[in-house]
Amino acid sequence: METISGWGRIAAPGRQKLSHDLEGASRDAVLCRGLGRSYGDSAIPPASSPEVLGTVLADRILDFQPASGHLSAEAGVSIEQLNRRLLPRGVFVPVTPGTQLVTLGGAVAADVHGKNHHVSGSFGDHVSGLKMRLADGRIVRAEPDGENADLFWATVGGMGLTGHILEVDLTMRRVPSPWIAAETTRVDDIDAYIDALKDAAERFPYTVGWIDCLSKDKRLGRGTLMAGDWAEPAVAPARYPHPRPRVTMPIELPSWVLGRASVRAFNFANHWRHLPRTMRGIQHWEGFFYPLDMIRDWNRMYGKRGFTQYQCVLPDGAGRGAARRLLELLSSRGGASFLCVIKDCGPENRGLLSFPMKGISIALDIAIRDDTQALIDALNEQVIDEGGRIYLAKDQLTRREHFEEMERRRLPAFREARNKWDPRGRLRSAQSVRLLGDA
Amino acid sequence: MKVIFLGATKGMGRALARLFAQRGDELVLLGRSTSELEKSVADLAADGTRPAGFARCDLGSRETFAPALDEALALLGGHADAVVVTAGLFATQLELEGDSELCHDVLDVDFTATVLFCEEARKRLLAGGGGTLCVFSSVAGERGRKPVVLYGAAKAGLTRYLEGLDHRYRAEGLKVVTVKPGFVRTGLTAGLKPPPFAGEPDDVAARVLRAIDRGSPVVYAPAAWGPIMSVIRGLPRFVMRRIGF
Repeated sequence: METISGWGRIAAPGRQKLSHDLEGASRDAVLCRGLGRSYGDSAIPPASSPEVLGTVLADRILDFQPASGHLSAEAGVSIEQLNRRLLPRGVFVPVTPGTQLVTLGGAVAADVHGKNHHVSGSFGDHVSGLKMRLADGRIVRAEPDGENADLFWATVGGMGLTGHILEVDLTMRRVPSPWIAAETTRVDDIDAYIDALKDAAERFPYTVGWIDCLSKDKRLGRGTLMAGDWAEPAVAPARYPHPRPRVTMPIELPSWVLGRASVRAFNFANHWRHLPRTMRGIQHWEGFFYPLDMIRDWNRMYGKRGFTQYQCVLPDGAGRGAARRLLELLSSRGGASFLCVIKDCGPENRGLLSFPMKGISIALDIAIRDDTQALIDALNEQVIDEGGRIYLAKDQLTRREHFEEMERRRLPAFREARNKWDPRGRLRSAQSVRLLGDA
Repeated sequence: MKVIFLGATKGMGRALARLFAQRGDELVLLGRSTSELEKSVADLAADGTRPAGFARCDLGSRETFAPALDEALALLGGHADAVVVTAGLFATQLELEGDSELCHDVLDVDFTATVLFCEEARKRLLAGGGGTLCVFSSVAGERGRKPVVLYGAAKAGLTRYLEGLDHRYRAEGLKVVTVKPGFVRTGLTAGLKPPPFAGEPDDVAARVLRAIDRGSPVVYAPAAWGPIMSVIRGLPRFVMRRIGF
């Protein structure tokens, strides 16, 4: 049997059909898939209709206006292609997630966010129009404030369940140079980390940090905060920062490699490498935005059983201790996360199911073990208590009742939009079967 | 460099056309669908170099070849340095065995039509004092193999034609570059299980561009297919009958 999986490498039955011609091929499709970087089952077709339309061959830029930054492109263009082709012309994507290997269609469907969420919002906030194939076969345009605005905001963050995205219009960001002026700071514990994040957010458009979530008590959440902005031409090197060669993770590592001991060693080294409290310097854009992209297929590090990422946002209203409480829960459950990324988010946008909201976002990589489901359940219960929610692009294990509880305020409007634009419930994914009760 | 390009709207052709455009070469795209050509011209313009032009040409109707090439030459100011052909049809052995109409089309387009197009291009390049004719054939034409009996036969014929053309006219300034792609992940091969050493269109394109610049007569892409095919060419028949490759 053919199988297909998300970035977490947990396989499900299904296959991908690739086509250059999205307009033609989308007529009968139930779901689209871009570069398959969502961790869980959002780009996996439902078992009842096991074919997903792959969009990556539809990768043409249809219009680019250097003066205004306006760009129109087919949905399969990746952020990597846009960066490589257009950074030499002085523009960069307005919002980027931690990997550039995502397509425009995927970026809209997951309404991805990045290091600049606190000032620039999420991807959908920079999109001025979508060309879409609806479930009933019609092709329509949707705009944030004009034509079919309700469809637009159901689609931004709507995980591909409201119609197939064929083309995306967005505004690229003009940058003063192609280099990043970065500052990294060593932080001693989670509370200090969150204070430092808030402080950096006022000075920099890009902030993010990695923390150590194995250290206990006073040292829980010690880490490194990275902040930066595009360098002014006066301080930027004269040469152009060409894309860097990548290495490939050639094999699956055995599951024990990323265990507690190695995570501890990595965190220890990372912490003490950073002896001066604050370091400043000019950085390559790929190193600053996409450190993990340097290793192709890095998900093989997690071995045969794969992994999941758990990402939630805890609202400011939950108080300063909310992040600490979640990490304490993780640590008491024996969860070892190699990567723990914490970032403050700005206000939520109009996307009916868009992930970010004003608060603190926490992302954890969790290798699959026998007790992973119980760990995810416990984390979700805590997130519900704190008034937070999870990021669908990362999820494969959340239970439907937990999801409904987290989204009880927003879910009715999303269901209503799906009823309007796809009354027969044709468009669906393995994730929508699991979380929304689709057939 | 001034380039006339048949097949730049998709797959490897799209990747190769982008490399030409990114270094400032002047392009005229030939293809069947005006809307596809317009989209590809717009895509090439995004890199901010010379705008490309286009003219209609359909490998399925040979009467379009000469007018399309003449129109392209006119757009380039009467002279072209290279003609590139990446267009072609592909179908699996099973599909071709089951559908004689499809089989006819694949054999006709990949051999007869491509050769006739190359003849028209050859005449014009020679009239302009020479140049490069770069055509995508396939490793499928190297040996009679179970999964590509019919497609491989057309490509084998094409490869021989291109080889002969290079021998006959190189002294007059016509360089013929035969590209033999192995498995490359494009729309053409979508749905097939990629073997080891499957290539990406961008890597193949970079290799082909180097070959065009140097006038190399034969280029395997990805490079690993060169040694693989020399082993395959040396295998005795009783082995070829047994293996599925």
